[in-house]
Amino acid sequence: MDLLYKIFLDPFVQMGAAPDLLLQTLWEGLVGGVLYALIALGFVLIFKASGVFNFAQGIMVVFAGLTLVGLFGVISGLGNVNEHVAAFAALGLTVGVMFVLAVGIERLVLRPLVNQPDIILFMATFGLTYVLIGVGELIFGGEPKVMITGELFLPRGSTDWEVFGGFVSFQHIDLAAAIIASLMVAGLAVFFSKTRIGRALRAVADSHKAALSVGISLEQIWVIVWFASGLVALVTGIMWAARSDVSFALQIIALRALPVLILGGFTSIPGAIVGGLIIGVGEKLGEFYWGPLLGGGIESWLAYFIALVFLLFRPQGLFGEKIIERV
Amino acid sequence: MFYREAGQYKTSYVADQAVFPIRQDRYGIAIILLVAFVAIPFLGSTFLLQAVMIPFLIYSLAAIGLNLLTGYTGLLSLGTGAFMGVGAYACYKLTSVFPEVNILVWIIASGFVAAAIGILFGLPSLRIKGFYLAIATLAAQFFLQWCFVRIPWLVNYNVSNAIEVPQRQLGEIILTGPNSTPLTRYMVVLVIVVVMTWLASNIVHGRIGRMWMAVRDQDIAAELMGIRLLPTKLLAFAVSSFYCGVAGAMLVFLWYGGAEADTFNINQSFFVLFMIIIGGLGSLLGAYFGAALIFGLPILLRYVPAELGLPLHSATVEHLSFLVVGVLIIFFLIVEPHGLARLWQIAKQKLRVWPFPY
Amino acid sequence: MSAKRRPPGEVLLKVENISLSFGGVRALSDISFEIRRHEVFSIIGPNGAGKSSMLNCINGFYHPQGGSITYKGRTRRQMRPHEVASQGIARTFQNIALFRGMSTLDNIMTGRSLKMRAGLLAQAIRFGPALKEELEHREFCERIIDFLEIESIRKVPVGRLPYGLQKRVELGRALAAEPELLLLDEPMAGMNLEEKRDMCRFILDVNDEFGTTICMIEHDMGVVMDISDRVVVLDYGRKIGEGQPEEVRSNQAVIDAYLGVQH
Repeated sequence: MDLLYKIFLDPFVQMGAAPDLLLQTLWEGLVGGVLYALIALGFVLIFKASGVFNFAQGIMVVFAGLTLVGLFGVISGLGNVNEHVAAFAALGLTVGVMFVLAVGIERLVLRPLVNQPDIILFMATFGLTYVLIGVGELIFGGEPKVMITGELFLPRGSTDWEVFGGFVSFQHIDLAAAIIASLMVAGLAVFFSKTRIGRALRAVADSHKAALSVGISLEQIWVIVWFASGLVALVTGIMWAARSDVSFALQIIALRALPVLILGGFTSIPGAIVGGLIIGVGEKLGEFYWGPLLGGGIESWLAYFIALVFLLFRPQGLFGEKIIERV
Repeated sequence: MFYREAGQYKTSYVADQAVFPIRQDRYGIAIILLVAFVAIPFLGSTFLLQAVMIPFLIYSLAAIGLNLLTGYTGLLSLGTGAFMGVGAYACYKLTSVFPEVNILVWIIASGFVAAAIGILFGLPSLRIKGFYLAIATLAAQFFLQWCFVRIPWLVNYNVSNAIEVPQRQLGEIILTGPNSTPLTRYMVVLVIVVVMTWLASNIVHGRIGRMWMAVRDQDIAAELMGIRLLPTKLLAFAVSSFYCGVAGAMLVFLWYGGAEADTFNINQSFFVLFMIIIGGLGSLLGAYFGAALIFGLPILLRYVPAELGLPLHSATVEHLSFLVVGVLIIFFLIVEPHGLARLWQIAKQKLRVWPFPY
Repeated sequence: MSAKRRPPGEVLLKVENISLSFGGVRALSDISFEIRRHEVFSIIGPNGAGKSSMLNCINGFYHPQGGSITYKGRTRRQMRPHEVASQGIARTFQNIALFRGMSTLDNIMTGRSLKMRAGLLAQAIRFGPALKEELEHREFCERIIDFLEIESIRKVPVGRLPYGLQKRVELGRALAAEPELLLLDEPMAGMNLEEKRDMCRFILDVNDEFGTTICMIEHDMGVVMDISDRVVVLDYGRKIGEGQPEEVRSNQAVIDAYLGVQH
């Protein structure tokens, strides 16, 4: 009885008693959700265009962040360079590195594996994950690094909003993350719906063979989507690292973007965003109000359970179409 | 030249259905068993037994377990590490509560506990498949690992929050604990692994194995032939988790001698998954090849440069082995997506017709 | 060639007022027909007429929204795949649905899964009853392999076989279940004349020797008219004709459907 009370009533009583705390938790959930959504977005881009389930998206986030910080270190080590100039030079170079990475992946991994079953390509991205971990650690070392937020003109500090007799605090970097993420999603949406490349990309997503037969170059499309999701990874890396540090631990956290994919469907960009927000908020609420009951730390698996329960009722995801199986 | 099946006629279906229908293969297996049971115990150093053979065999068993699920039934699992953990923790609990029962019984029994948990986490496979299911198995991985950390009952409220393997004996022979010799533990592991490999081979060559492969290759056709999908998939989850559970229990009791929750983290799952990818999905032999390569490589990286007078920093070795494993995975997928087992088959085929190309 | 054919017996399968739709799309509306024991029964119609959907309803893959199916005297609203298979209905598929990673022999052996009893433990030890059972079924499958003249490919993975042979293996897999009613979805699609002739011979032999009732979808009118006892014609999910081949051939509605008259 006591346990039932603690599970089903107590948390809501707490929510009602301290609405400012509830709002704060919701906000933090949303911010976490934006980052999940960004990682999921990277997955979706690649899955849509090449049918590859890119397990390496999480490590690409880490890799991009590490490269940025590392290059900044090198450039500002050259001597008399303005830190902002150095930061943006490093940013530009990192974009270049992500492009080279995309080309390299297409040449060395995707092209030789064209026409293989999906599972083989999925496994190849496992290999890619390990290569990136190995290379990243060899070059940058394993210890966490501080993101160059100030140098990139990203805001710091926070604003308090007084409400319900308490206050909710908004970190400026979180606001910036939300805005940049929305801009990026809008940009991608325009790119995919209005440009020639976007149209080619949707054709490839529908059918590789059909796209090839009308003269669309698969190689080019693949480089473009991997580059695009590399950029998404870079932005995610900056935003995420601004709140903590750049470290390889991020990679495991990034795995939590996978339930977002279940929720949103593998091919839906709106799904990735809405799914990300749901998982982010659900996770924070669960951890804050129900976590203490179970001894805490439930963040590590809650997202998966939310997604699983959801799947039992709607196997095709939030925005997926109902699948009619044929024989 | 030496590897020919010419002249070996099968006169009964028994002979034709045998696992090794070709005489040379049977000799080969006999020689391998002889080496494993006689040569290695007599000639092998403690290092070879403790640091190479014991873990190699244990990982081979785990890889066989995962291969039954992923390679034969086509259900991708990223939760192998956690299922191994269930075996280890179950074995620890069982032997703590009933210390008088022989540890070997509990090692096998812990497989059944893992099988039950495996069935539980296999239930979503009713409605979801493919990558979606792979993600669902991550739920098992993270949830179970969380349980290992958060439920002190599992480790008998040890202050260290870790499994501390007690001493257990079979008659006068010390099997587990700090005082056991690598030789004894090696022999125990070897017997269990050989027997369980034989059982697995029988299962995959019989009706159940065919049903698993049918579900893997064409689930709809299989269903319409009257194969009930859910029980078939759950059976695969159960048998696979049984193997992983036994492997996990052996990993802790006969190799590490102790373990904490982090031993069974997601990297352990990936590690075993890589073994079956590189070794070959849907091949028991491949599980051994994969385990040898993925497990052996870091050992080589650690000792070969040192022998050559190039002492590498241990952190560098770790990073390098990540890199090398990653490159190897991609390389093997490109060269032969069906893994080392298929390369082995091709080599045998070439040998069979040698010196002619066809 | 139909001299020694068995006469049609009692009604084996009766389909009444079946309606099926996907979302707003009507795939089948109000379809009724009966299939008699030992008969060769064909379902024909233009592409998209709902023929395959009909087979899918019969073996329980699709669940029709309306109507009922009576098989061996038991009426059901919906069929369930496992029940259907254990009651003696087997089928082949329009786009070959073999287990590509397995050998011909294993594919056919899989067809006998429902007839085998040995449990997990017995099979794991593979000794005594389990081994005996395995060998008995192997012998049965060898008879099918013999019958279909595919001895030379019994150990070959089916993914490597040419199309015509794959179709034959698929027929073998269905036969392994010793069906009373065999559903064939376009058994001769994409075959050359010789392969078609072989396939016809197999179908008729199965019908003669085992008395298996056959329900077949086929586009080759020559074949359909030659070997069928009765034919039902579907168009746009409706039944537009039924009867013996010559009746159907002269049915105006059928001619219109095939020649494409404006509706």
